[in-house]
Amino acid sequence: MTEQILRMSGITKTFPGVKALQDVNLSVRRGEIHAICGENGAGKSTLMKVLSGVYPHGGYEGEITFEGRRCEFGGIRDSERAGIVIIHQELALSPQLSIAENIFLGNERARRGLIDWNRTNYEAATLMKRVGLRENPTTAIADIGVGKQQLVEIAKALAKEVRLLILDEPTAALNDDDSAHLLDLLRGLRDEGITCVIISHKLNEVTAIADSVTIIRDGRTIETLDMAADQVTEDRIISGMVGRALDNRFPPHEPTIGDEVLRVEDWTVYSPSQPGRKVVDGAALSLRRGEIVGLAGLMGAGRTELAMSVFGRTYGVHITGKIFKDGKPIEIRNVQDAIRHGIAYATEDRKRYGLNLIEDVKRNISAAGLRGMSKRGWVDEMQEYRVAEEFHKSMNIKAPSVSSIVGQLSGGNQQKVVLSKWILTEPDVLILDEPTRGIDVGAKYEIYTIINRLADQGKAVLVISSELPELLGLCDRIYTLSEGRITGEVPRRDATQERLMHLMTKGQE
Amino acid sequence: MSSITPADVEVGAKGDGGSPRQPGRVSLGGLSLNLRSSGIYIAFALIVALFSVLTDGALLTPQNISNIIVQNSYVLILAIGMILVIIAGHIDLSVGSVVAVTGGLAAVLMVNMSVPWPLALLITLVAGALIGAWQGYWIAYFGIPAFIVTLAGMLLFRALTLTVLGNQGIGPFPDQVRTLANGFTSGYLGNIGLGLLGGADLFSLLVGLVAVAGMVAAQWRSRAARQGYGQTVDPMALFVLKMAAGAALILFLVVQLARFNNLPWVLVLLAVLVLAYSLMAGRTVFGRQIYAIGGNLQAAVMSGVRVKSVVFWIFVNMGVLSAIAGIIFAGRLNQAGPTAGNAFELDAIAAAFIGGAAVQGGVGKIVGAITGGLIMAVINNGMSLIGSPSERVMLVKGAVLLAAVAFDVWTKRRAGAAR
Repeated sequence: MTEQILRMSGITKTFPGVKALQDVNLSVRRGEIHAICGENGAGKSTLMKVLSGVYPHGGYEGEITFEGRRCEFGGIRDSERAGIVIIHQELALSPQLSIAENIFLGNERARRGLIDWNRTNYEAATLMKRVGLRENPTTAIADIGVGKQQLVEIAKALAKEVRLLILDEPTAALNDDDSAHLLDLLRGLRDEGITCVIISHKLNEVTAIADSVTIIRDGRTIETLDMAADQVTEDRIISGMVGRALDNRFPPHEPTIGDEVLRVEDWTVYSPSQPGRKVVDGAALSLRRGEIVGLAGLMGAGRTELAMSVFGRTYGVHITGKIFKDGKPIEIRNVQDAIRHGIAYATEDRKRYGLNLIEDVKRNISAAGLRGMSKRGWVDEMQEYRVAEEFHKSMNIKAPSVSSIVGQLSGGNQQKVVLSKWILTEPDVLILDEPTRGIDVGAKYEIYTIINRLADQGKAVLVISSELPELLGLCDRIYTLSEGRITGEVPRRDATQERLMHLMTKGQE
Repeated sequence: MSSITPADVEVGAKGDGGSPRQPGRVSLGGLSLNLRSSGIYIAFALIVALFSVLTDGALLTPQNISNIIVQNSYVLILAIGMILVIIAGHIDLSVGSVVAVTGGLAAVLMVNMSVPWPLALLITLVAGALIGAWQGYWIAYFGIPAFIVTLAGMLLFRALTLTVLGNQGIGPFPDQVRTLANGFTSGYLGNIGLGLLGGADLFSLLVGLVAVAGMVAAQWRSRAARQGYGQTVDPMALFVLKMAAGAALILFLVVQLARFNNLPWVLVLLAVLVLAYSLMAGRTVFGRQIYAIGGNLQAAVMSGVRVKSVVFWIFVNMGVLSAIAGIIFAGRLNQAGPTAGNAFELDAIAAAFIGGAAVQGGVGKIVGAITGGLIMAVINNGMSLIGSPSERVMLVKGAVLLAAVAFDVWTKRRAGAAR
């Protein structure tokens, strides 16, 4: 187990004006699962792009030795030929092609230029069995869930006779079941002799699965720890990542809870793609001023669907149910109505639903609140600038100026822009869907502080999150959602991870 | 064309007021310049200079300048509407046919039915709006891609034109309509006999001076307001340079026109349209929403933008502008013909893309589209002056379109790589 399969030494990669990696060293032993941890922007992905040849040899300094040979990859094809396969966070599958076609994409089972479909589907089935994917090889990718798509990616890597598998945030989009299955699969692959490098923000998974962990901070290697020998805990990894011991991941908060501001009753939403399927089924919830309420549920439980259907019917069809604002029934037919009634929804998918990435900070902040800073349709640009400057300071948005393009900011700062946008609409109710997804630990703390501040201003905040510790650390009350139904309502003092997980997995009678 | 410069400098200065470390900027003697947004104006200046030399100055003679404007006015009007459509992430292939059908309608009303010309113009504009509403409905509310709807429209409205006109030209138009399309302002204040300006029209010169004064005043006020809020502004030297260049351009153009036949009415119309639409695009909620939709459709929906309604009105607007172009084109030829407006959509689309619109939407400026249209106009005119055959003109125009978009993609990629 002590033989090294991969050794990267003295890797330095410079972009114009930025040193992304500085003298980074990474040694991976044969047949282990090696985790790489670090805050966003620490350089993990850059390091993996150097390794896989996305940044070709010559564009960086340092040496890569794989299987005892020095490697000078000119592109992904070179690294794949050597047996290194990288699976990116955003899956690279073609949605309309079948599972089998995707598995052998670029690596077709062909004879004299013609695809041998029998062999393709047969071999695909074999690989699918290996990764535990029970589907027909001819099913289209678009028709299977994200968890299964992830398995297809791994099968695709196996088809290339992978020896070193790199996974970038493999469980970021998966629910706990699929995550657990994936981690089991990785253990199985390790036993078959395939070495894995896994980049993850989910430290509980890292501690559960990894044999060793390398921590990167600000483009430098901080340390490599042997999980067993060093008895590594989550807090130990966090302190390495942030460079200080994080005694408290959540800012202290004493809530001042007032009257009920929003109540949703008997809320039912049908799926737009599968007729007759209820994605939200008779849900009811109530939010009070100054209160931070959590909504816990596994992926697919209907959390985002519930939030988006309330927020101006932006998801689903045949939506029925009642909404009360300050005790009075209201009707919300579209996003404009929702905003007018003081409801804001910050999406879980910033880049897709939250931001205009090619536009600057100030215009993103004003996007939902333009009516408030315009007269008869004319925008008061000076007011817009002034407002943006205020948020720039008060939210601590790290951008050179409010005229900086949002697409060039880090995830945490993009999230602050999204929050600013919605705070500007002066909502009474803020629905925050995965507010800290893809954000580094330091920025998370800032987001939590902002959420507390909003509650202290008398707003009701509904936080949707996949991370139970986050809900436990932040919320005054937590609803659990399972298969579209509210299965529990737990006050802070009674809430434990086990209790919530039990309610979240409660099936229908 | 340069009475539009106020909006140009104004809108151009906005997006890049911020960080000095932007990629794609070059530094010239301490003055930095954003290549991606000002490259088009530099290219225009170079092309004008090139053809001035090649034609021994014939390009910039009073009569030729006037010709360029009058001959291309309708494509420039279409380009204004087209850039808005493209910013929103759509396309309109039907404008050539709409030009034909609205021109035909105007002719039938005025010539065959003797409807008074102001009423006929109004009816034609309403018809253009209805055509736009028809296409806007299918695109925005029914959800068919604009490419398909307007491709169908291209056929439908050409067919309608042939039906209305019965496959023959209708004319002549009333004098007032011909004046609008082809005529010039009268010498209300007589001429002056001052040295170089000998024989120039005083009224035209005054209009030019007012335009320059307005531009400088508006720019100065906006600059002062920005500084008041601590925003970064161009250094004084660059500001003065920009103002001087703008003023020189306007005055040169006006003086040349004043020495020929005074101001063409279509130039006045065009100037008003460019100013109004630039303000609309940059300063109104509706304008912002167009950019928001093109930049990220989903995010616009989730920010409360009435996307369907905005897209619908963009196409209604395109229909109205097509009708204006249709009237001007028919009025200029003094006849509405069945083949009118053939391939105008391609010129308008090319103008928008040469003028800096992004293929994915979300980016573009009115003045950019006008400049893009003028680049093609100058190439057309300049090459015909030096006697190039039409196939070579086409070749050069194609190459320019490809080069302009390639440049845009290249600067964007460099910006991405530098991140």
